[in-house]
Amino acid sequence: MAKKTTGSISRRRLLTTASAGAVLAASPFRINLLQAQEATIKVGFPVPLTGPYGTEAQDQVRAAEVAIAEFNEAGGLNGRKAELLVRDDKLNPGEAATRTLELIEKEKVNFIVGSLSASVQLAVNNVTKERKIIYNSISQSDEINEVKDFSKYTFHEALTPHLTAGAVGRYAFPKFGKKVAFLTADYAYGHEMVRGFQEAGKAFGVESLVDIRHPLGTTDFSALLPRIQALKPDILVISNFGRDQQIALKQATDFGMKKSMKIVAPILLYTGRIAAGAQAFEGVIGGTSYYWGIEDKVASAKAFNDRFRKMHGGKVPSDYGALGYAGVKTLLMGAKAAGTTDTDKVIEAVEALKYDYYKGPEYYRKCDHQAVQSVLIIESKSKPEKGDADVFNVLATEEPSEKNLRTCEALGHKS
Amino acid sequence: MSFDLIALQLFTGLALGAIYVLFAIGLSLIFGMLTVVNFAHGAFYMVGAYVGLFLLSLGGNFWLCLIAVPLIVGTVGLVVERFLIRPLYGRGIDYPLLLTFGLSYVMVELIRIAFGKSGYPFDTPEILQGAVNIGVGYFPLYRLFVIGIAAAVLLGLWLFLERTSFGLIIRAGARDPQIVRVLGVNVSRVWLFVFGIGSGIAALAGLLAAPLQGVIPEMGATILAEAFVVTVVGGMGSIGGAVIAGLLVGVVVSMTSLFAPEMAKVSIFALMAVVLLVRPQGFFGRAGLMS
Repeated sequence: MAKKTTGSISRRRLLTTASAGAVLAASPFRINLLQAQEATIKVGFPVPLTGPYGTEAQDQVRAAEVAIAEFNEAGGLNGRKAELLVRDDKLNPGEAATRTLELIEKEKVNFIVGSLSASVQLAVNNVTKERKIIYNSISQSDEINEVKDFSKYTFHEALTPHLTAGAVGRYAFPKFGKKVAFLTADYAYGHEMVRGFQEAGKAFGVESLVDIRHPLGTTDFSALLPRIQALKPDILVISNFGRDQQIALKQATDFGMKKSMKIVAPILLYTGRIAAGAQAFEGVIGGTSYYWGIEDKVASAKAFNDRFRKMHGGKVPSDYGALGYAGVKTLLMGAKAAGTTDTDKVIEAVEALKYDYYKGPEYYRKCDHQAVQSVLIIESKSKPEKGDADVFNVLATEEPSEKNLRTCEALGHKS
Repeated sequence: MSFDLIALQLFTGLALGAIYVLFAIGLSLIFGMLTVVNFAHGAFYMVGAYVGLFLLSLGGNFWLCLIAVPLIVGTVGLVVERFLIRPLYGRGIDYPLLLTFGLSYVMVELIRIAFGKSGYPFDTPEILQGAVNIGVGYFPLYRLFVIGIAAAVLLGLWLFLERTSFGLIIRAGARDPQIVRVLGVNVSRVWLFVFGIGSGIAALAGLLAAPLQGVIPEMGATILAEAFVVTVVGGMGSIGGAVIAGLLVGVVVSMTSLFAPEMAKVSIFALMAVVLLVRPQGFFGRAGLMS
């Protein structure tokens, strides 16, 4: 080959030299690029900015920005600053998986935090598991902790339906009665909540009269309500979310149901209450992971609220917003404790955290990385008293305890 | 399952049907007279709720809104017909269909820009709060009021179409616009007016729905699908058909909810499928209107 034509050899040599030169020329640039990547800690944040949970998602972003700002002002990780990369997952599992993959492949993020809705977080979790990237989920799910979905890269900062529904049930059943009717959104969230109530109800001898399941996005519940009224329950449990919850509560109020039974919801959303008004929510009791009003008693809540108010024009954070803060904050503090963003070391550090960032003491349980934390039982006020944001009374706080969670064995983990 | 419960459930269905009727008659009126399949009807409905919200925030009261909202949104309807839909007459059914479809997106986006993406609460007027005993059980006062308004609008519309000379012209114009034009009637003006009335009724329906479910930019989309089922079942363009079909859809949803609540949403479409198989033009539809 080499003897055939000298011209072609020299041309080849020229090409080789040229390409080697190109590599040489490129390499300092590449090294710079790597150094630039090392310089910031990137947190990917896929949340449903558009769609029915857009309001909650936007608040999650605002709160996550607070966590990033605090971390950077405190000097970052030995000078390395953190950065938030927000993506719209459109409340769609496929979209969320694509965005997450893009964040990992193209943006080379260090951590993923985010998503709202059980199916979306499971889709994100599948991607992060496979790519060995730490993911902290900020939406409620029982399934994500189960052994088939869990991995050592999975953390769950949000409450679980089992915990939330259980806490609300333990509060409501002894007080309001044992005959319970359920009105339930017909998907995983609703089913998991009902299961949580029923399991907690066993200890109180609770009788389930009926579990009426409605499709997501129902705008008129009137046809479902007469049957519930006819059964005369002590408690009506409404396990749905967002706008479904607002409309269901509004129409149950119109039907005069609050007069003869207590209405209870596993999660009462701050944003939902603001959007639907006092009339619909008045007197309804529910659970939440966070309410800004605890700042009178909890110092860390006061500090978080103040910081949020300062950054976001006097607004207060919502419950799901606060999860955005905690989700990002714990991973960044884990990295700080580990002194590196190396995945395995950060996992160990986060597992060891005992923290109180915004609502009282918390830690992640070892077997399933579930955040062990308090649940607030709240009641909607008939009228805001101290400003428009003053919408709930905190009736009780269920202190953090592993015994209120599903056991590691029940989830399929070897403990 | 007691008699009282079934009676109450039936009544609930009729009340639900009254809301469908109120929304679908505007759609049917516009289609029957103008042969325009108005995909912007849901957007007019939504705008009605927002205009009501806006007037209330300025200190207006609900009763004033019942008059003002249809007038304001009806006027918007006049403008839409005059400048957007009129140029498309005679080009077949698909042009105005696509135009109104696009228009609905524009309207929803404008509302999002003006009022934001998240919803607003809309309180039931104080005097209409609470439930009253209707013999078989308690029923919300406000829903009874909506039934009353729907009946009044229907009666008014019927009197207007059947008993006034303008109504006569509208009916004649729907049958044979050319002859009516030859007789010296300005048919364009008639159609303009009909579109205005149709959008005004849609807006009134939106305003009345607001205290039932609050107000969001997307509120028109769901009900539009259901309203098309009502008009198809009743017969495209037939107002009487829309009334019967609206009430029927309400009762079907309500009765399905009693026995298989998770099927309630599907039952509407199952009903439509059955009707289309047995009677493709709907209960009172004239064959060939769509061609």
